[in-house]
Order: sequence, then C-alpha cells, then structure tokens
Amino acid sequence: MFSLDRWQEIFQTLSKNKLRAFLTGLSVSSGIFILVILLGVSRGMQNGIEKEFQQDAVTEVEVWTGTTTVGYKGMNPGRRVQLENEDYEYTTQKFGDQIDSKSGYFGRWGAIINYKKENGSYEFAGVHPDFQKVENATIISGRFINASDIEGNDKVAVIGNRVKLDLFKDKDPIGEYINISKVPFKVVGVYTDPGGEREETRVYLPLTTAQRVFNGKNQLRMLSFTIKPAATFDEAVQNAAFLSDGLEKSLKQRHLVSPDDTSGIRVFDTLEEAKRIYDLLSYIDLFFWIVGICTIIAGVVGVGNIMLIVVKERTKEIGIRKAIGAQPMSIIGMILQEAVFVTFVAGFFGLFAGLLLLEVVGPQIQSDFFANPEVDMNVALSTIVILIIAGALAGFFPAYRAAKIKPIIALRDE
Amino acid sequence: MIEIKDLHKSYKMGSNSLHVLKGINFSVKEGDFVSIMGSSGSGKSTLLNILGILDEADKGEYWLDGVLIKNLNEKVAAQYRNKFLGFIFQSFNLINYKSALENVSLPLYYQGVKSKERTEKAMHYLDKVGLASWSHHTPNELSGGQKQRVAIARALASDPKVLLADEPTGALDSKTSYEVMEIIQNINDEGKTIIVVTHEHDIAQMTKRIVHLKDGLVTDDTAVNQIRASAYV
Repeated sequence: MFSLDRWQEIFQTLSKNKLRAFLTGLSVSSGIFILVILLGVSRGMQNGIEKEFQQDAVTEVEVWTGTTTVGYKGMNPGRRVQLENEDYEYTTQKFGDQIDSKSGYFGRWGAIINYKKENGSYEFAGVHPDFQKVENATIISGRFINASDIEGNDKVAVIGNRVKLDLFKDKDPIGEYINISKVPFKVVGVYTDPGGEREETRVYLPLTTAQRVFNGKNQLRMLSFTIKPAATFDEAVQNAAFLSDGLEKSLKQRHLVSPDDTSGIRVFDTLEEAKRIYDLLSYIDLFFWIVGICTIIAGVVGVGNIMLIVVKERTKEIGIRKAIGAQPMSIIGMILQEAVFVTFVAGFFGLFAGLLLLEVVGPQIQSDFFANPEVDMNVALSTIVILIIAGALAGFFPAYRAAKIKPIIALRDE
Repeated sequence: MIEIKDLHKSYKMGSNSLHVLKGINFSVKEGDFVSIMGSSGSGKSTLLNILGILDEADKGEYWLDGVLIKNLNEKVAAQYRNKFLGFIFQSFNLINYKSALENVSLPLYYQGVKSKERTEKAMHYLDKVGLASWSHHTPNELSGGQKQRVAIARALASDPKVLLADEPTGALDSKTSYEVMEIIQNINDEGKTIIVVTHEHDIAQMTKRIVHLKDGLVTDDTAVNQIRASAYV
C-alpha cells in the first residue's frame, strides 16, 4: 500500500489522463464542498437562534393566568383566575430550593408617560429586584429597582433605553422626574435589553409602589422565575420541567382550577421552547448531513463509473501484467489505491474550498437567525473519514472486475 | 522440462463445442528449442496458452519442471507464470506509457525485487538485446524490431525456465525477423528452453526441432539442422 513504486504507477496513470482525473475529482470536490457549506449554514442557524434566545434568561419559567374552561369542584367555567401576592409568597417558599431568581409582575400597557413636553405611550411594570436577571436586562446608567424601593414604596422608575431616547434625547435622565398617568416618579436607572427595542419600551417600578399607586391592591399579572444553574442542558431542561409542573399543580390547587384546564393557569417554560427549537435544529442538521452525503454519493458513483471505464480501457494492460506475474491482489490494490487517492485529494480540496468560503463570507452575513457559520474540526475530520471509505467503495467494484480479467482474453489480438 | 500427456481441450461455442486439442503428447528437454507449426485452427495457440498457464486443459497432464500444473488458483498461477515462464507476443504487448526500462523491470516488480536491483537487472537485459541506450524511450518511440527486443528483455528479466514465443516475428519484416531470431538463438545457446509458435518455415528452420500440429494432433515431430539467423543478417 505504501510502496513508492505503487505511487509512481498511480501518478503515471493519472498524469496520462489529466482531464479525466480532474473531472472525476471535481464531482467529489463539489460534493464535499456542498456538504461543508450546508453544515456551516446549519451551524450558523444554530448560532443565530442561540443569540435570539439570549433576550430572556434561557432558564426562565413564567406563570400566567386566564379564564377557566372546565368546571371544577362546584365552580363554573369562564371564571377569571387572578394571581396575588400570597401566590408569590407561597410559591417562592415552597419551591425556594429550585428557584434562582424570582419576581412578581404587575403592569399595564399603554400608559401615558411624559417628561416635560415629551410624552409617549409605554408599558409600565411593578417588579421585584430579581426581574433584571429574569429579563437579562443590563443597566446602562444608574441602578435597577432594589429591595429598599420595595420596602419603602418609593416612587422610582427604571426606564428602557428607547424610552430614554424618546423622552430625554441626549439628556441624562437620572434624577429627573417623569409622570406616569400623571403620577411623578424619579428616574434612577436606564437599562438595555438584548431582546431589542420592543423590550426597551418598558418602565420598571417597585412592585409595591405600582400596586399601591395604580390601584392594583395585591394583584399580580405574572410570576417569573429562573431555575438554579444545572450542569448540563438536558439536566436544566429536566429541572425546568419539574419546576413548571410543580408550579402548575400547586397553583391550580390553590385557585380551584381543574387539573385538565389549559387556560386558567398557564406555565410557560422557556427551556422547553428552547429544547423544541434545538431539536428542530438538530433535525435540520441531520437533513443537511443527508443531503450532503447524497451529493457525495453522487460524486463517488461518478468516481466508480470512471474507474470502471479505466479498467475497461486498461484491460489489455492488466492482462499483460497478469501474464508476467501480477497477482490478483496487486491489481485490486492498484485500482483501489487510485480511486482512494483521487477521492481523497479531490475531497480534501473541496473541504478546503468550503472552509475558505465560510471563513471569508461567513462574517459578512448579518441576520437575526443566522450568525457565524462555521465547521468544527470534528466535522472536518469525519468528512475525511467518509471520503476514504467512499473512495474505497468507489474503487472496489472496478478493482474486483479488474482482478477477474483473464489474461488470455485480454491479450487476444483484435 | 515440459511433459505433456494426452492433452484435450475444447471450447464451447454456443450449444456445440469445438474440440481443439485431441490428445497431444510431447515433451521438451531442458535447453531445447522447439517450433510448433500448423495452419490456423490447428490448435497451436491453444497449446501455447496451456503451456503458458494462461488457459487450462480439460483432460491430460501437464508437468512443468517437475510440477503438475492443474487446478491452480489465480494467485498460484500468477506465481508460476512469474517464476517459470517468459512470454513473447506477436504484438509485443508492452505497456505504452512506461519506458523500455520500466517495462523490462515489471516482472521483477511482481517478484518483489527492490527498486535498485530491479533497475540494474533490467538494464542488464536491455543491454543484452542491444537497447541499453533506448532505456528511457517509451514503446511508441521504438521500431517494431526494437519493441520486440524490449519484450524479449522483459521475458528474460524474471529468469524463467521456459521462454514461450507466440509468432514473435509475425509483425516484423524479414530483416528484423532475423535480427530478433538471432537474439532468441543466442538466448537458447546460453541454455534457455524456448518454444516458438510460428507458421513461417524459415523461422522454424532456425530452431532445433519442429512439431507439426494438424486438427489438434501432433502429426510430425522432427529434429532439424539449425540455420543460424546470423547467416542472413
């Protein structure tokens, strides 16, 4: 296999048929090239979606309420379920060991907020200090709502960057007063959210203040939690599912909602969503692999075909070789090695071209669901292994046929 | 060296079979120089193919240097061909994209001889047929006679027991034919056993013994007074 003479023979026959060798190689090259590009695109989509998920903490679990659809324990369907502060205290106590950060949420959409003459319609929300972590929000200046704001029912507000740009333009808003539905609040911080503009049009207030000022009594629109960090993604998914299950069961019990009801109490598990999309991504990945491998197969069949022609063309030569003492194995080896060599070199070239394209064009692409297409080393290595196997397969049948050639027939003068 | 007893061979041609060899008996001693003659269809090429282990007889025995040649698998057949036999063909059968030197060293390659030794030996045999200065030319740069001389060198390279020549001068004009025959005679003078298939009488007269085949049987087997090819050149 590694004898120098064999290699010399291969180079000799290849250089005798440069065009044919080139065209054969081209089919394999383009197969590998397409595979690499597809895998790079798949990875790009994965990266893009991962980026999208960063807008909220990925480990978030939210509880919402609605109207019941199923009658239960003497209660009629169509009843509105309302979360209250007691639910927050009850759940944070009961599930404290699973929860990392926690917050209640009381808010209203479309509140008129103004600073001097500038005004706009925004959502305001009373939250706990942990909500910053739940939302994945980053403070640009000042601070977020803190425990003493809650304690003292302080009239302070943390505004989103969009709100700041709308109302304050270039002015520093910290320490200024804004009116929310004509009630003045002091701005203590500005935040930005990786979720983009939509998530930056909110104004956060201390939960207690919001409930008191805007007549919320002890009502909550939503409970938000994040789970404790887990070692692996799958473990996190499991923990999140366990928590959301527990939350749903115990809150349904507290509010007399049937276990079969799907809209009275709803628990939204971001991880579950994430997992679904990751699953989808892995299917897309698999699909790309299949498409890519089919392209390679097409290329390899091409190589096999050409090798068959080569064998046919060299029938006489093979007959001569056999007559002067070539053993069947050495003929098989000769054809096989040529096929593997052609596929390998051509495939390597395709791999290289694909990687180069991803490297050059990849960073230019700017899109929401697409970022940094790339192919990692493992994938590159496995395509090379595929190539060697494919080359061997492509060469095997022609080689076998060559070994079967009878010298007496091959040498017959025509 | 060669011992053949009651050799039969027939070919299937569709539904009927063609009986080509109908019980051949003959033997060749070491150092002998035999020509096999016969009209086309007499079975002389079939006989040579069997002698060359390129084909196998249906019935009968074939002993080559004390070894019974029967039911060989491809691998062993290839080994025997390489070890015992050297072939010279009418159409030379050189590999076109290889130089004369590479062609001659090919049997040695299949014997597993190392590259350096291979080149030395091949050069030696090329020199013997007078083509040392042509060693790096490919066959299509050589004349017919030169090609056949390269083929002879190749047949000699593996130092075989028997040299089998199938119409070695069939594609050559008479002058080159005699040149080639002179080389073959010289090889025989050195003690190599040679069997030549031919239908040219003057070529047959240059061997030491003529075997006539007719319809698959030996009809005549006579020793001749060898005519030296050098007399013509």
